Amino acid sequence: MLSVQPRIESSKKMAWFSPIIAIVLTMLVSSLMFLALGVSPTKAFEVFILQPVSDTYNIGELMVKAGPLLLCATGLALCYRANIWNIGAEGQLLVGAVASSAVAIQATQNSGFGVLLLALAAGIVAGMLWAAIPTFLYRLFHTNIILSTIMLNYIGLYTLLWAVHGPLADPDGFGFPESIIFADSVLLPLLSDNGRATISIVVAVGLALLSGLALYKTLPGFKLRVYGEDQAAARYAGFNSGKIVWGVMLFAGALAGFAGASEVIGPIGQLIPSVSPGYGYAAIIVAYLGRLNPIGIILSSLFMGSLYMGSDLAQIELGLPTAITGLFQGILLFFLLACDYLIFYQIKVVPRETEKRRQETLLQMKRDANDMNEVTSEDTKAQQGAL
Amino acid sequence: MDILLLQQIMIAALKTGTPLLLIALGELVCEKTGVLNLGQEGMMLMGAMAGFAGALYTGNLFLGVTLAILAGMAMSLLFGALSLNLNTNQVATGLALTIFGTGLSSFLGGDLVGSTIDGFKPIAIPLLSDIPFIGPLLFKQDLLVYLSFVLVAASWWVMHKTRVGLTVRAVGENPYSANALGIKVIRVRFLATLFGGAMAGLAGSYMSLAYTPMWMENMTAGRGWIALALVVFASWRIAYLALGAYLFGFASILHLVMQGLGVDISPNLLAMTPYIATIVVMVAISSNALAQKLSTPMSLAKPFDPKVH
Amino acid sequence: MKINKWMAATAFTVSSLFAATSFAADPLKVGFVYVGPVGDHGWSYEHDQGRLEMQEHFGDKVETTFVENVPEGADAERVITQLAKSGHDLIFTTSFGFMNPTLKAAKRFPNVTFEHATGYKRSKNVSTYVLRTYEGRYVSGVAAGMATKTNTIGYIASFPIPEVIRDINSVYLGAKSVNPDVKIKIVWVNTWYDPGKESDAANALMDQGVDIVIQHTDSPAPLIAAEKRGIMGIGQASDMSHFAPKSHMFSVRDVWAPHYIRTVQEVMDKSWAPEDYWGGFADDILQIVSINPDLPADIQSAITSTHSKIKSGEFHPFTGPMLDNTGKEVIAAGYTLTDAELAAVNWYVEGIDASIPK
Repeated sequence: MLSVQPRIESSKKMAWFSPIIAIVLTMLVSSLMFLALGVSPTKAFEVFILQPVSDTYNIGELMVKAGPLLLCATGLALCYRANIWNIGAEGQLLVGAVASSAVAIQATQNSGFGVLLLALAAGIVAGMLWAAIPTFLYRLFHTNIILSTIMLNYIGLYTLLWAVHGPLADPDGFGFPESIIFADSVLLPLLSDNGRATISIVVAVGLALLSGLALYKTLPGFKLRVYGEDQAAARYAGFNSGKIVWGVMLFAGALAGFAGASEVIGPIGQLIPSVSPGYGYAAIIVAYLGRLNPIGIILSSLFMGSLYMGSDLAQIELGLPTAITGLFQGILLFFLLACDYLIFYQIKVVPRETEKRRQETLLQMKRDANDMNEVTSEDTKAQQGAL
Repeated sequence: MDILLLQQIMIAALKTGTPLLLIALGELVCEKTGVLNLGQEGMMLMGAMAGFAGALYTGNLFLGVTLAILAGMAMSLLFGALSLNLNTNQVATGLALTIFGTGLSSFLGGDLVGSTIDGFKPIAIPLLSDIPFIGPLLFKQDLLVYLSFVLVAASWWVMHKTRVGLTVRAVGENPYSANALGIKVIRVRFLATLFGGAMAGLAGSYMSLAYTPMWMENMTAGRGWIALALVVFASWRIAYLALGAYLFGFASILHLVMQGLGVDISPNLLAMTPYIATIVVMVAISSNALAQKLSTPMSLAKPFDPKVH
Repeated sequence: MKINKWMAATAFTVSSLFAATSFAADPLKVGFVYVGPVGDHGWSYEHDQGRLEMQEHFGDKVETTFVENVPEGADAERVITQLAKSGHDLIFTTSFGFMNPTLKAAKRFPNVTFEHATGYKRSKNVSTYVLRTYEGRYVSGVAAGMATKTNTIGYIASFPIPEVIRDINSVYLGAKSVNPDVKIKIVWVNTWYDPGKESDAANALMDQGVDIVIQHTDSPAPLIAAEKRGIMGIGQASDMSHFAPKSHMFSVRDVWAPHYIRTVQEVMDKSWAPEDYWGGFADDILQIVSINPDLPADIQSAITSTHSKIKSGEFHPFTGPMLDNTGKEVIAAGYTLTDAELAAVNWYVEGIDASIPK
């Protein structure tokens, strides 16, 4: 008979295979959906998967789309590795965009490179400050980080709306909610003239690689992983939990703030109310699809970016409404998440008798575990705080 | 400000707060068992769409509400199967559910846009509705508002006075010890998730059958997210949840009322206040160690697998 | 020539493989970019109705494409560019937030014609087109001024941009012309589309004694809220009569088809030139539809006569002398505001007891 067993160690092979299985399953299910809508599935996949990389302009646009996702997701992944549930990339990105714009509107055609750097720095610092609030509350009062960061996303959004309607609005803009168009001198350099991708994507990839290196090859990275997997163990080992929490949160805030800054002084070129179409939330999914591994996140942000582009292309080329794209994305994400099961569990064919015996040993193990659990539960409760 | 205006503002706050209360009540019970479902918005939209479709095609509002509840439960079934049975990450699964629900509701609801129905009408309860001030406020509402009163009372009773409530809290506090006591953790969590879906569906139907009787894409406009804030604001206590929902309702119409009265204040700054208030409440409850222990479910958003443990 | 241009735009692309089917076809390709869903039953919906009518008018001489739900951020420029790249000859971008993205894309595709709705920036291949919504508002004001019993009209406003401020003035001027005691209460909701919030705003106004609700937002929710309380309202952008059979006085409908048909014809004839087009009653691009037959006869006739007075050009709401609500003269006696001046209105007329939000 079939039996599901947890793997002692998560499967490296499955970590690579499960996305492929998920994609195949998604293709099967969505083929049916596309057929039902009278659209050829091959044509649909062509539009969703191939078209975003079909020419230099589209590849540039893919980078424009993937850049902020990659930046936010890299920061979030480190937080999640440390078991810190930061949902606040969206708010950090938005305040980064506001702060950066506050500098950028001062620039003139003749401003030097320094103003550009200042605009970037303003975005980064604002993102860090926004991330510092929930961190501070968590460290001091054990306030739940998931929830405080969700609240700060809203406060960040309203801060942006207030700024773009008021202090940062274009004085000659007839009251429309947008800032002046920034001077060229304060815009990030382009990667190619045929497109809008800026050097921020290079920085993003560089930062992702560096954080991967830091996570797996350095002592702080090791401490972070230990802390994330077992806080008690990290404490016994004498790791400074404050340093770890502050470190990952500020890093994530800086990256999200940088993402916000490089949107406004990059492809958009001014401050507008809709700076982000939800990059900070999408980045959470990107981080998971990338297995919280910076290399994986580079791939998953490109993949997610192409899905977004596919949405517009599907409307232009196939006349598919946006609702279909939402369905397609939803199905794909469900399968991707579900297939992760295979990384941590194996499905085995086992003879009936051994299965029974296994169950018994398992039950015994469970009892032991529970006994231990009772002893430590008081302790963990006090130390886990809000989460 | 005269008394009649005050009364009308309170009625408006109550109506605005009702969908928040319904969806947050489901989420609260869900979180009490340790499950954090961020797919509220998707479930609520499906409920709004299904409720409207049901009422439009059958001509019966109650069938509409039933369909909405079923639609919300179907969505939460998907969430439960993934996050509880396959142990996927709850945060990511919830977000995916919102993307999926938003797309599915606008796809299935495409033909419903522009249709109209007669929504729920206020029903005055004899005698009670004649009580000055309070009467029209509490006893001259539509059936779904009355239902929300009943559901709040019933949920409070179940959570605080019955074994079921004890079980729910045990699972949310420490699923492993609950398991050791013979409680079927996954089953409890699944039932709570389904309850959450049902309430989200009901909240959606309140939007499309009572509040603004129509269907439009994305008509819930972020109320599912506000509900998440509300649960924290109420520090996972049902009595506070009702109060909080009406306060949130009040806060969201406050700037509209003040503008009508000629008070000049930035609506964007005012719109932040409920979220700032929620953070303040969170700090207040979490800085008090005892209150903390009694409120935030310890295992929130953490998967449970006895085999791995 | 068209094919050459298209090839030039996509010659470097592999995507020409996918688009090969459109290679042999001859029709003029027209693209539309919408900010909302086609199913919003308001702004984007009416643009799409215009597209469909234009498509029907030209038959297989045109091929139309639309992209809905396009966010007004970095994505807009990509969507517009992709439409231009995939061989569209004429592209309509139908929301204010698409202004700068349209101009940027237009620079990259000098041979493609762009038309941007509600903006104020043009270039050699970008026109702008707006509605004289203030004409419809004036009629709304006249009807509301006559119908109100509490002498208080409610206005649900979206954002403090010139169009909305102009329209608030216009409603008030219309109402004042028939009812000297009338007052207007304004509530800003800071959204174009949020049925729940629009409904809340309508209720907040009605709680404060408003008995006519006028909306500058796109969903029928305020009308539905008014219907529930037996208070009158006026439909916005599309015909909203069936949402509120009793309370609906009439709708001011945006009818884009005449403009779309004319523009497509001009592009076909190669006679298109950039312009700042203002369409109103005179072009039937703004129409008064579905007047409620239960309205008192004098109100009905005032609606039609005011409409025809504006339509014929006999009357313009913004004619001096006019003071703003601080007592400063904003229009001199006998002077009528030009379109450029209308596009910059940032004051309330005398009698509106409110200030424009900053």
